[in-house]
Amino acid sequence: MRVVIAEDLALLRDGLTRLLEAFDFEVVEAVDNGPALLPALIKHRPDVAVVDVRLPPTFTDEGLQAAISARTEVPGLPILVLSQHVEPLYARELLSDRAGGVGYLLKDRVSNVGQFVDAVRRVAAGGTAMDPEVVSQLLARREPLAVLTAREREVLGEMAEGRSNAAIAAKLFVTEKAVSKHINNIFTKLGMPPSDDDNRRVLAVLAYLNG
Amino acid sequence: METGDWVRAGLRAVAGGVFAVGLAVLNAPILVLWLVGLVLAPVPGLGMIVFPVVTTVVRWRADLERRLAARSGVMIARPYRPVPDRFGLVGWRRLRWIVTDPATWRDFAWLIPGMIIGFGLGLLTVLVPLYGLVGVTLLPLWLYLGVDWFGYGVFWPIENLSQGWLSFPQGVLILAIGLAVAPSLQRVDALFARLFLAPTKAAELRLRVTQLTVTRADTVDAQAAELRRIERDLHDGAQARLVSLGMTIGLADELVERDPKAARKLLAEARDASSAALVELRHLVRGIHPPVLAERGLDGAIRALALSLPVDTEVESDVPGRLDTPVESAVYFAVAEALANVCRHSGAHNAWVSLHGVDDILFAMVRDDGHGGADPTHGTGLRGIERRLAAFDGTMTLSSPPGGPTIVTMELPCALSSPRTSPSSGTA
Repeated sequence: MRVVIAEDLALLRDGLTRLLEAFDFEVVEAVDNGPALLPALIKHRPDVAVVDVRLPPTFTDEGLQAAISARTEVPGLPILVLSQHVEPLYARELLSDRAGGVGYLLKDRVSNVGQFVDAVRRVAAGGTAMDPEVVSQLLARREPLAVLTAREREVLGEMAEGRSNAAIAAKLFVTEKAVSKHINNIFTKLGMPPSDDDNRRVLAVLAYLNG
Repeated sequence: METGDWVRAGLRAVAGGVFAVGLAVLNAPILVLWLVGLVLAPVPGLGMIVFPVVTTVVRWRADLERRLAARSGVMIARPYRPVPDRFGLVGWRRLRWIVTDPATWRDFAWLIPGMIIGFGLGLLTVLVPLYGLVGVTLLPLWLYLGVDWFGYGVFWPIENLSQGWLSFPQGVLILAIGLAVAPSLQRVDALFARLFLAPTKAAELRLRVTQLTVTRADTVDAQAAELRRIERDLHDGAQARLVSLGMTIGLADELVERDPKAARKLLAEARDASSAALVELRHLVRGIHPPVLAERGLDGAIRALALSLPVDTEVESDVPGRLDTPVESAVYFAVAEALANVCRHSGAHNAWVSLHGVDDILFAMVRDDGHGGADPTHGTGLRGIERRLAAFDGTMTLSSPPGGPTIVTMELPCALSSPRTSPSSGTA
């Protein structure tokens, strides 16, 4: 799988490159600043890009801006955004085109290599990977969620992070059947149209939470 | 202006006129008192007690006049030198402090002219509308009482009933004129008082220096305390965690050949420790300068903040571009504190934030639909906001009647046209 990396700190850039190459990704370009990112994304059209929010020269949010512009030029271009901090506001902006293939994670998550690589693959496949911290902030401020049981809220949270039914079942130590039952209940209680496709369901949930 | 407005303004001014007359009369005994105090001032023992006391009375009177002037929209600052805090209400040092303050003598100089002008204008303010009122009620009242006629307005004396009837429109006219000019008369009185009671240029500068000294000390204190907190947090938190992280990894390194299973367990621990250290650092950074503020500026940062609050918050802003970093930070934390109060205490369902720039002044307002009754003296949060803003000559006002709504208004002069406009950059 071909990857473009954008990260200004050499230590992290090399670390990410090494890590991804260890898992059979091909790093086609690793840029260290904002202006170089958009051309690199357009030129290589990678299977997935891993992008830091804050990049030189202004050290504001040019990584995020470049990611969003790249996705308007190449719809659905899979991009995983990394940051030292997460903001539901940025998540909302990334998700606003509702095309999927989006990830938004804290840099800390890289230390759990297995989960991180899983997230990169999920995004590359058109799925979603939302940081648990974003999800918990989104869940915290939605009052209608009070109608859900504790277990259903848990499932909703896992789903919002971008996990498939199978992954949720494995994580919560229940059967897939039980998970889909919970999901049906959640969709009914919140009045959302049901869907069989994992990715589309996740996007629907995130759209609801961002409401 | 609508009719109701100027009538109300007129009535207010007439009430002010009544006060002004009463207070002007008060000037005479105060003057006598002050002269007695002045004569007694050189008398050892007695003078240093009597003179400060009578000066306090004079200043109380002058302060009343300043408040009366504020009612007419003329702001008069207190010109007195700040009380050195080392001595009591009376005594030799206090006497010297009073005598060397030019404001003392200016107050004194004002007593007589202030009395004459205040009395004259006050009387005029009251009597003109009163005479109008007499005209309005003249005919019915006199018909009822059966008193002899004499005169009103242009008819003097009144010779027949039709002239008597005409006193009514004249009265209405005079009443209207009286009410219309009353605010102006009171304003003239206030402007006259300002000649004497406002600080001189030198006194104004002195007051400004005092205020700057206080706010600078506050700012420096607050910053020092903040740095101490950051140092402590780093020392006890992330730094300690990194030390233990290094130890754990070292131990794992030792064990990797002999006991790979234990080494793996230690490495997992190390990973958790590094995550915990990162979480701590993130919280710390957010408290120093929220990253989203650096990335998006005030508008974006407050929108991001609003999204993470349990209370539905609407943000509206017309602040162009980026402000100076310190100003941005001060306003952000002030708004954040106000919003935190909304979430903690107000019981509100909705909150509104608005940021407006008008003529180089930045206005920020936080409003909620909660139950009100917020007490600024309770807790340190609002005091902290005031201190942060004071460093930029900013002010904060709180309006929170029982039953709500609570409105916090912040005002920062010159926030939009700071001389330091070069874009700040940093890798932090």
